[in-house]
Amino acid sequence: MIDLSHIAKRYGRLQVLDDVSLSLPMGKSIALIGPNGSGKTTLIKCLLGMVVPDKGSISFKGRNILGDWSYRADIGYMPQIGRYPDNMTIAQVFGMMKDIRCLPGKDLDEDLVNAFQLPLIYDKRMRTLSGGTRQKVSACLAFLFNPSVIVLDEPTAGLDPVAAGILTKKILEETNKGKLVLITSHILSELDDLVDEVVYLQDGRVRFHKSLPQLRVDTGEQKLVRAIARVMENATI
Amino acid sequence: MNKIIKYVVLDILRNKILVSYTVLLFAITMTMLFLQDNQTKSLLSLLNIVLIVLPLVSIIFSTIYYYNSIEFIELLVCQPIRRSRILLSIYAGLALSLLIAFGIGVGLPLLIMDHSLTSVLLVLIGALLTIIFSALAILGSVFMRDKARGIGVAILAWFYFSLLYDGLVLFLLFQFSDYPLEKPSIVLGSLNPIDLGRIILLLRLDSSAMMGYTGAVFKSFFGSAGGILLGFGILTLWMVLPLWGAVRRFNHKDL
Repeated sequence: MIDLSHIAKRYGRLQVLDDVSLSLPMGKSIALIGPNGSGKTTLIKCLLGMVVPDKGSISFKGRNILGDWSYRADIGYMPQIGRYPDNMTIAQVFGMMKDIRCLPGKDLDEDLVNAFQLPLIYDKRMRTLSGGTRQKVSACLAFLFNPSVIVLDEPTAGLDPVAAGILTKKILEETNKGKLVLITSHILSELDDLVDEVVYLQDGRVRFHKSLPQLRVDTGEQKLVRAIARVMENATI
Repeated sequence: MNKIIKYVVLDILRNKILVSYTVLLFAITMTMLFLQDNQTKSLLSLLNIVLIVLPLVSIIFSTIYYYNSIEFIELLVCQPIRRSRILLSIYAGLALSLLIAFGIGVGLPLLIMDHSLTSVLLVLIGALLTIIFSALAILGSVFMRDKARGIGVAILAWFYFSLLYDGLVLFLLFQFSDYPLEKPSIVLGSLNPIDLGRIILLLRLDSSAMMGYTGAVFKSFFGSAGGILLGFGILTLWMVLPLWGAVRRFNHKDL
């Protein structure tokens, strides 16, 4: 359960987030969508403590996260552009993350690692990896420690269709286990069977936060792509 | 915390620049020790090189390393680790690797060939300067988002501490030469870690006689055990304060 209340963030003259309040329940898969530069990534970074909001508070399972760090043990994050130390091999990156994060007694979720066949290229250096392979590494790291909240920033951008399929399947599985999955994506067609709720962000404000069936009823469209297009055209829903 | 330090140290020790830095220091030390028959003279020459090269390499290398590990920092920041811990671990790893290089390049040969208290002091001062200048590098790079600007600031800082500052002090001393300046010059000396290191060591080498009355005042102040301790205390402050400022900034920084 994540509660954001009245989050505001300003970069210089640009108001990136403006009074954002959201309540994200567990066991749901939530899509965070909006045009480029609408503040999606900044919102996610606030949630992860990478960006400190100017105003407002965020609570994670009832605990205020500002200035806290331990709550991140329960979040898996897949960044939009995964950046890793160039000189390390894939195996070393995994080893290091396990070393830093792993609590004894907590079992690792290596489904994705095996599904993506990463062990075959374990000794490649991060510098030599293609964008897609980097994304695979990021995805594996997000799921590896069995967190109860998973945050995915543009997860399938750059993945080939097979890998995207594997990832989508994994996301569905985890949602069914009662985890909270937060996804941002521009590829709306793939979100149709994936998400339960939609948050639409524009110019740093939440335009609406609805469940997917509700959105379908309100717009009279079956497909999310059409529904969002309808919202953008009308701008009054 | 130790885990991050371990990864940083392992990463740096593989760096060829650091290896060549070690070899360079080693070569310089050996040359100084073998080419001169006078112990004091060779220590003095070594001191001058240590005071120029060490701060330069420490501050530039640490700054560049910090900017190159931005990815690593971003990766760590979204993990369940305290932010101050991330920064301090990276600093500790950096300082430790530079200390290893200094230890192998200067420390070991010097202490084996010349086991006087003066050379112990020289090694101590070198170690402290390494630590201080990598702390200053961390401070600068946490504040500067832009890499080119960060490296520029690092070079300027080194330039200021090793050249400009002495010029300013000389200028002040000449301008106010009609007044008793012994005590202010002690304060001025403590405001620059490189000068402080130089003063502590020169007084051990008895070169203070050449500095006239000021030298005598310095001798009575820094020459005693208490004065040396105070000098090292100030040097420690030079390490702690920049780190404190860097951690404060880093805790609120947007990454």
